[in-house]
Amino acid sequence: MNTTTESKDPIPVSAGSFQSGRNRLRIENEDICIETRNLNLYYGKDQALKNINMQIPHNRVTAFIGPSGCGKSTLLRCFNRMNDLIDICRIEGEILIDDQDIQAKEVDVAEHRRRVGMVFQKPNPFPKSIFENVAYGLRLQGVNDKRKLSEVVENSLRAAALWDEVKDRLDDNAFGLSGGQQQRLVIARAIAIEPEVVLLDEPCSALDPISTAKVEELIIELKEKYTIVIVTHNMQQAARVSDFTAYMYMGELIEFEDTAHLFTNPSQQATEDYITGRYG
Amino acid sequence: MEQQFDQHISRQFNQELEMLRQDVMAMGGVAEEMVRDSIAALIDCDTAKAQRVIDLDDEVNEMEKEIDEQSSMILARRHPTASDLRLVLAIIKTVNDLERIGDEAERIARMAVRLADVDRPRGNFHELEAMGETVRRMLREALDGFARLLPETAVNLFQEDEKVDIEYENLLRQYYTYLVEEPRNTRRVLDCIWIARSLERIGDHAKNIGEYIVYLVEGKDMRHASREEIKKSLSDRSD
Repeated sequence: MNTTTESKDPIPVSAGSFQSGRNRLRIENEDICIETRNLNLYYGKDQALKNINMQIPHNRVTAFIGPSGCGKSTLLRCFNRMNDLIDICRIEGEILIDDQDIQAKEVDVAEHRRRVGMVFQKPNPFPKSIFENVAYGLRLQGVNDKRKLSEVVENSLRAAALWDEVKDRLDDNAFGLSGGQQQRLVIARAIAIEPEVVLLDEPCSALDPISTAKVEELIIELKEKYTIVIVTHNMQQAARVSDFTAYMYMGELIEFEDTAHLFTNPSQQATEDYITGRYG
Repeated sequence: MEQQFDQHISRQFNQELEMLRQDVMAMGGVAEEMVRDSIAALIDCDTAKAQRVIDLDDEVNEMEKEIDEQSSMILARRHPTASDLRLVLAIIKTVNDLERIGDEAERIARMAVRLADVDRPRGNFHELEAMGETVRRMLREALDGFARLLPETAVNLFQEDEKVDIEYENLLRQYYTYLVEEPRNTRRVLDCIWIARSLERIGDHAKNIGEYIVYLVEGKDMRHASREEIKKSLSDRSD
C-alpha cells in the first residue's frame, strides 16, 4: 500500500470507543469479605476504637489512613486476632469474615491466621534460607513433599515479583536480601499458604522508592486472588494502590469511600483537612 | 464544605496557592481591560487604544504560560488532593479561557483599527457596544465568583450567556439584511459580524469559567449541563 492511500484512510474510531473514565465504585455493589458491627476496642480504660461499622470488599485493596494513634493499625490487627496477645485489650461488637464471627470461641486462631495473613512494617524473614522462609507455612501444615514445596515456593516468589531476583540463590540466607526484597519475601511467605485476606501494616515505610513501587505493583496484582487491607501513613500510596479508603481519627471511622472520590472530593471536612495537610 | 486555601500546615504551600490565585485574578483583570478597551476603541475610533489592546495580548499569552508552569510545579511537588487539586485544575482551565478571551479582544481591536478608516454607520456600532458591555460584565462576574468561590455565579452566567446567544442571532439577521440592502458597505458589515462573533465567544468563555467554579467548590463537572441541571446540583448541596 502506498503512502497516499494510507493517508486517505481515516483512523478507525468507532462510536462509543472513548473511555469515559472509571465509574465510581460503590460498596453496596461489592461482594463483602470483612465486616465490623459496632466494634469497640479498649486498652484498659482507654478506648482505641469507637463503634466501627464498616464493610471491606473481596478482591479489592482497602486502605486505612489517619494520623498516628487514630486506631488504624489496631483495627487491622483485629482482623487476624493479633490483639489477643495483649492482655489489657477488650473487644466489644462483631467482626465477621465471610459472615463468620472470627471472635467466636470455636474459632481456631492458628487456622484463622492461615486464612488472614499479615505483613508488618519491618520485614521479618526467619533466619533461614530464602526457600525455607517461603516453605515455612507449608511445613507447619505437614507438607514435606519436595516437589510440592518447590512448586509452591516458585509460584509464591513469582507472585511476589521476586523469583527472577532470587531463583539462582534459593539456598542463601534471607538476611542477605535487600530491605525491599525481604519485604517481598515476607509477602511471598504470607501468600504461600493461600490465605483469603492479606493484611499489610505500613509495608513500605522502611523501603526506598524503587522497592516501594515494586511492592505497590505487587499489591495491585495480588488483589486478583486476595482481599488486601493496607494501613499506610503515605497518603499518596493509598491513592495509588487502593480501591477504597477509610479515614480514621481518634478511634472513629470518619469517612469510607471509593479512593478516587475520597482524594478528589471528600464528603467530610475532617478528611479534607487531613488529606490536604490543613490544621483541622 | 468550606474552602480555605490559607490553612495548610505548610506555609510555603499556602503562599504558592495564594500567588497562583492572585496571578489568575491579575490575568483576568488584563483580559477584562482588553475587552472593555477594544470596544471603546471601536466606538471612539481610537486606534492608539486599539493598538494597546493588541500589545496586551502578548502579555496575556505570557501570563497563561507562567500560570501553567506554576500549576505544573505545584502538581509535581505538592501532589495536591481534594479542593487543592480542584483549585489547580480549575485554574489551568480558567487561564486557557482567559487567554482565548484575550485573543478575541485582540481580534476586535484589529477590526477597530480597520473600521476607523471607513464611514461610520448611523448608530455608531451601538449594538456592539451594548453586547460588549454585557460580556465584559459577565467576565467580571466570573472573576468575582472565582475569587469569592461562589458556585451560584455559574447559574447567572448561564442565563446571561443564553441572552448573549439570542442577541448574537438577532445581530446576524440584522447584518444579513444590511448586506443585501447596502452592498457597498459589505466590508464593514462583515467586520461587524466578526466582532459580534468574538463577543459571543467571550460570553461562552465567561460561562465556562462559571462551570469551573462549580467544579472547584462542589467537585461536580457541570460542563455541557443545562441551566436546570446546574441549578439542581447547587440546590442538592444545601439540602
